[in-house]
Amino acid sequence: MITIQHAVKTYKGSDEPALKSVSLQVDRGEFVFLVGASGSGKSTLMRMVLREDVPTTGSIHVLGEDLINLASRRVPIFRRRLGVVFQDFRLLPQKNVYENVAYSSKVIGKPRAFIETAVPDVLSLVGLSEKAKRMPSELSGGEQQRVAVARAIVNKPDILLADEPTGNLDPKTSGEIMDLLQRINLGGTTVLMATHDRGIVDRLQKRVIELKNGEIIRDEVAAGYRDVNTGEMPKSEEF
Amino acid sequence: MKVLFALSESWAGIRSNVSMVISIVLVTFISLSFVGIAALLQLQINEMKNYWYDRAQVAVYMCTDVSPAAACPTGEASEAEKAAVDAQLQSTVLAPYIDQYYFETHEEAYEKFSEEFADSSVASYVTPEQLNEAFWVNLINPEQSAIITESFSGAAGVEQVRDQRGYLDSIFSFLNAGSITAAAVAGVMLASALLLISTTIRLSAFSRRREIAIMRLVGASNFSIRFPFVLEGVIAATLGAVVSAVAVYAAVEFLVQDFLAVRLPFTSFVGAQQALTVVPWLILGGVILSALASSVAIRRYLKV
Repeated sequence: MITIQHAVKTYKGSDEPALKSVSLQVDRGEFVFLVGASGSGKSTLMRMVLREDVPTTGSIHVLGEDLINLASRRVPIFRRRLGVVFQDFRLLPQKNVYENVAYSSKVIGKPRAFIETAVPDVLSLVGLSEKAKRMPSELSGGEQQRVAVARAIVNKPDILLADEPTGNLDPKTSGEIMDLLQRINLGGTTVLMATHDRGIVDRLQKRVIELKNGEIIRDEVAAGYRDVNTGEMPKSEEF
Repeated sequence: MKVLFALSESWAGIRSNVSMVISIVLVTFISLSFVGIAALLQLQINEMKNYWYDRAQVAVYMCTDVSPAAACPTGEASEAEKAAVDAQLQSTVLAPYIDQYYFETHEEAYEKFSEEFADSSVASYVTPEQLNEAFWVNLINPEQSAIITESFSGAAGVEQVRDQRGYLDSIFSFLNAGSITAAAVAGVMLASALLLISTTIRLSAFSRRREIAIMRLVGASNFSIRFPFVLEGVIAATLGAVVSAVAVYAAVEFLVQDFLAVRLPFTSFVGAQQALTVVPWLILGGVILSALASSVAIRRYLKV
């Protein structure tokens, strides 16, 4: 699904690379947490999987595509096979819940018949069938994030990227979102989630990839959120 | 990407940017109107050339008693001098170039003069003797008037040789200057229209950056992201082009045909037919220019 080999990313005007020779492999159906402090390279890695950026050297293959050599006009077609969720939801404020979800199907030209069945299906999956006509401003944070998840999965992506999806939510709501992501994962979608949330990582005991200063310092199956070097929990300012 | 969806996105852009869109409409309207005026002036020049050059004659004016002494030291041209000119016009040297010619006497000249200046008091001061007798020459090719001018300038009893095209040329150069001015104004206005279109498109893209970010994330193609913006520019500019087309047509119909043509009955003016040949080009030009301007603008602003 995702194969990265010796990926190095150096941004212009900075001596220290954002990623230093990162190699990893994620298989179909996996649920992977990407953890690490701010500036550890999590976002850079996510951006590369989404082909918003490419490594300076090394290689990255996602869903069978060589992302470094992918023609820019093929990029949109590649992205249709991915779903993305962000910390700040990124809903369209002037469209209601149904329209927000349907929008991502409409812009890639899905037929009306598909939209009319897929959108209600996915809204019921995230538990928002009753609120289809509400505007995003009328929803709680957790509900907004569920709309964002619905939008990310309505086109049935192979991979769901979640960049701190619970960052703005309280623990209880975070738990609901995680239940949702696990259910999506059980349906066969690979989930790659960057997070700072220790509680979630510890509770779910999934594969954890920990980054520090642009390097993978830990890649464990069924692990928790601990600092591998000291064996202690990360310092609180890293949350 | 459904066409309806693209249209609704463009419409949303137009609504959120009404004042900028109106300014695009106005600027394209003015600039394309000037383009239309420049084109019609050129057509008018051609029209007049076609009409007048065929009718233009070369006049060989014979001396009168009141002619300037420098050209006519002996005063009124003698019968012999007139016969000499007549003979030369019929000679094998000149005859091949001449379609026809005729002689105009003092009386005939006076008659024509009185007719032309019937309303003017000048007619009462002029006597037939003051008006030149003349040979009026129609050339086969009016461009070759120099042959006549060279043959008779300075000849005995000839006061002056005059190509009527000389009068026309000054009118044409006046019209031509007008046409060039209109084209120059059109150029400046078009440049500002293009810049305005690209600014508006960027503004519109900026105001919809959330949608654009989401479209890119879900994998909307470049074309489907850009197309609504290009369409927005094209719709606005096309509106302006249509207004300018109507204005140009109305100017020809009401100003030229209903006003000028009525007051200057012996001049041929551009009419509805010429206006209708110019108008489609204005609209086509507006569509193409705005499509180019907005697609360049959006391409530079929106990278994948």
